Amino acid sequence: MGERRSRWSGALRGAGRAIRRNKLGLFGAVLVLTALVLGVCAPLLTAYAPTDIIRDADGHGLTFAPPWEHGPLGTDDAGRDVWTQLIYGARISLTVAALAGFIAISIGSLVGITAGYVGGRADAGLMRVTDVLLVIPDLPLMLVLIATLRQMDLRVSPLAVLIVVIGLLYWTSTARLIRSQVLTVKERQFVDRSRAIGAGRIHVVRRHILPQIMPLIVVNTVLVLSTAILVESGLAFLGLGDPTQPSWGTMLNFAFDRSAITNGAWWFYLPPGIAIVWVVLGFALLGNVLEERLNPRLTGHHLEGGKGMVAVPGRSEA
Amino acid sequence: MSTDAILEVRHLSVEFPLRQGIGDLIHRRQPKVVMAVDDVSFSLGPGEVLALAGESGCGKTTAARTLIGLGTATRGEILFKGRRVGGDAADGPAISLKELRQRAQIVFQDPYESLNARATVLDIVAEPLVVHRLAGSAQERLERVRLALEEAGLRPADDYLKRHPHELSGGQRQRAVIASALVLAPELLLADEPVSMLDVSIRAEILNLLNALRRSRGISILFITHDLGIVGHFADRLAVMYLGRIVEIGPTRAVLHDPQHPYTRALLSVVPVPNPRLRRQRVILQGETPNPLDLPAGCRFHPRCPIAVAACRTAEPDLTTVRDAHRVACLLVAPASDADQATHDPAHHEGG
Amino acid sequence: MTEPPLLSVRHLTTEFTLADGQVARALEDVSFDVLPGQTVGLVGESGCGKTTTLLSVMRLLPGNGRISGGSVLFKGTDLLTLSEREMRSHRWTDIAVVFQGAMNALNPVMKIADQIREAILLHDLMDRKAADRRVDDLLELVGIPRARRNQYPHQYSGGMRQRAMIAMALACSPDLLFADEPTTALDVMIQAQVFELFKRIQAEFGLAIVLVTHDLGVVAEMCDVVVVMYGGMVAEVGPADSVYNEPQHPYTQRLLAAFPDPSQSADLPEGGQDLATIPGTPPRLNALPPGCRFEPRCERRIDRCTEASPALVDVAVPGSGARHLAACHLLGEPEAGDA
Repeated sequence: MGERRSRWSGALRGAGRAIRRNKLGLFGAVLVLTALVLGVCAPLLTAYAPTDIIRDADGHGLTFAPPWEHGPLGTDDAGRDVWTQLIYGARISLTVAALAGFIAISIGSLVGITAGYVGGRADAGLMRVTDVLLVIPDLPLMLVLIATLRQMDLRVSPLAVLIVVIGLLYWTSTARLIRSQVLTVKERQFVDRSRAIGAGRIHVVRRHILPQIMPLIVVNTVLVLSTAILVESGLAFLGLGDPTQPSWGTMLNFAFDRSAITNGAWWFYLPPGIAIVWVVLGFALLGNVLEERLNPRLTGHHLEGGKGMVAVPGRSEA
Repeated sequence: MSTDAILEVRHLSVEFPLRQGIGDLIHRRQPKVVMAVDDVSFSLGPGEVLALAGESGCGKTTAARTLIGLGTATRGEILFKGRRVGGDAADGPAISLKELRQRAQIVFQDPYESLNARATVLDIVAEPLVVHRLAGSAQERLERVRLALEEAGLRPADDYLKRHPHELSGGQRQRAVIASALVLAPELLLADEPVSMLDVSIRAEILNLLNALRRSRGISILFITHDLGIVGHFADRLAVMYLGRIVEIGPTRAVLHDPQHPYTRALLSVVPVPNPRLRRQRVILQGETPNPLDLPAGCRFHPRCPIAVAACRTAEPDLTTVRDAHRVACLLVAPASDADQATHDPAHHEGG
Repeated sequence: MTEPPLLSVRHLTTEFTLADGQVARALEDVSFDVLPGQTVGLVGESGCGKTTTLLSVMRLLPGNGRISGGSVLFKGTDLLTLSEREMRSHRWTDIAVVFQGAMNALNPVMKIADQIREAILLHDLMDRKAADRRVDDLLELVGIPRARRNQYPHQYSGGMRQRAMIAMALACSPDLLFADEPTTALDVMIQAQVFELFKRIQAEFGLAIVLVTHDLGVVAEMCDVVVVMYGGMVAEVGPADSVYNEPQHPYTQRLLAAFPDPSQSADLPEGGQDLATIPGTPPRLNALPPGCRFEPRCERRIDRCTEASPALVDVAVPGSGARHLAACHLLGEPEAGDA
């Protein structure tokens, strides 16, 4: 139905307006977009592949070549172009973050909505699970999970393992947030009315609860994404990424492992670090601005127009 | 027991247990309960309007919500056209809650809160059709929505279909809600303070609309209100509630003209009247409605009652008939002659 | 009329600048008086400007509001000419307000007695100990038991919270009290208690009250003078008895007809009776018609009604001594000079 599409685009338009109005938000959006564009257009922006080794006149690998010798960002310990790795790494980092974030949001929303709307024992059970996961320190748990999954010899890419593990552990804050918002919306009279008409749970959740919590989900997605990037970078740094598909974290891992620091090859370890900060900052600023704008205001509609003052011009009520 | 009645409520009680603290749980104490509705019985005939009036906390809204399934009855039964709501088929004819919700609709008090701000008028009015899977095609739904909107006074309907609630005035919103209630051609309408948040002149329009619908469609209306000023224009019978019980019930004119229960008398004496010249004895009850957790023994009204006697402290009065179909729950009101003793049983259906 | 009025509002005009730049004239040429100890009712439906009038007199308009004309004389001083600092010295000590829904605006983490005391101390009237004693006096005056002074708002019922708000409003012994829909959210019995309280306080302290409400019943019971407002203008003003029993403005007539009279309802025919209604809707304040604001909905309109906005005209019964004015082209000639 056309109306359904308009509901969603309405929320997005509101988001667009919010971003444009706020300078910081705009800045954040720019940061994120540049990273995205760079990643997407990677093949166009560099002549090399991430694994290509640049050789010098004698055929030896051009190791640790500084930017002024081989631009724009020099080479790493094996002679591979750092700029190439950086922009291809954007693909990996952002994709892993996006997929992991998507899993986290999906699980979190499902858990939050179910716990909030169904209540009772489902709520109690789900919240206990959430609490347990919240309490266990993330990093050790992730390391254990990754190690276990790898042991199982599942023949999946290490990136997939990362994505699943991050997704499985980072849904808890979303769940809590969504749940408390659902609890509030559930009490509102238009939900009562829908139930009084005879609507079942699915209908009420789809038609009435979801649209009200969508803004919150959007905001939360952005923030979860920034967390996911950080976590992915951290895990990759610890060597748990895929060395054949280096993300920024993996680049940092290589840099440390292969003595980039002692060799003074700052062009190898600084760019990925800055890139991570760049993108995380972008998401954080975006998330803040969206939150300010889209946070559901409780009785906002009482201020839109006002009783009696919002008469329909020219029409008379029969 | 006449099966003419659209709605029959028998000994309905609705309890809310209070949340218990850790101490209570450890000591395994019984949870305290609030009896929001206590042994309430009444009936509603076809095309009849019964006003359920009382101050806040008297249980009228809880009763209405329970009737439509938004709350659970602790005791008692609700019959819709002789069929028990949510009952076991083995105990006699039953009607499912889902079917009841097709044939009975509710209109809420707050025209701002009862509508989803993100939905269009079309969505709102079509929702009952969608929920009950009636009217197969979008075109058919559209037609039925148009008819309902026009009947509710939103003409031309096409002007309103795409609007959102915040683009409508309070009166228009209530009309949209009424339209959505009409779209399934219900036989019973529960109106919970439908006009108290509207301006005076709009109030009049909506009440007239409800009255017109009652006449044209023969819908029965249970009208919940705290405003005794409007019931005279509209309700056939009036029931006054206090702390979960009906204290007086009867034909509207009889109750307004000759109130028997001291609470009814006090209420009517303080309802503001737009007549500066009117001099009257106002019975202003002191204090407030007591905490329902702490109900007084005996007649629950006796601590504030201007005419209470010793007996009122121990015995809780039942509804007794004073005059044809006019019943009062007060120890000090003389029941009708013996011939009417047969109607002493509050469960007995009273005609419209 | 020998007593000088306590409050004299003359030709008050207020505008609001809307988000899109349009200007809405919320009040136009509003004039009325309040004598000491008198109760004046400001009556009208939503959007008629009654609350805006209150805010304008108290100079508490929101950022986009502006008083663009008129005068507000309080005991001879024009409040509109005062600086904000000078105005603040009048607020609460001379004129106090009980806002609509104020009982829900109490600080939930502060004891009731402390909140009332704060109102006193803010105006530097007395020291803390004296203020505490005054709080006790006030609570007694409004009927809140002393034992409950140190409770929190959530422990009070709606009626008691409203009494606390009234106590707060009276804390600095004002001469005039504005009450904006003070009992709208309360039950009719509590409402009666609150109005009885108002009457008692008036009798004891000679307090003048301006009651802003849409409830014509309440106004009939409480008010000596009624100001009927419509679309930001005064439609009719006069003694309650005259306005209710001999309404001159078509809007007043229709409003009264639409308001159910419970004392008459016992005599209505079977099957009920339709209430009188007023067709149409109130005007949008950013798109006002050039003539009378009620004209689109008036069945007695004449040509003049679309051309010019009517001025207030004396419609009092000659010799009655009361001032009863209505703004309608169908009635007499405008008063000469100051209305």
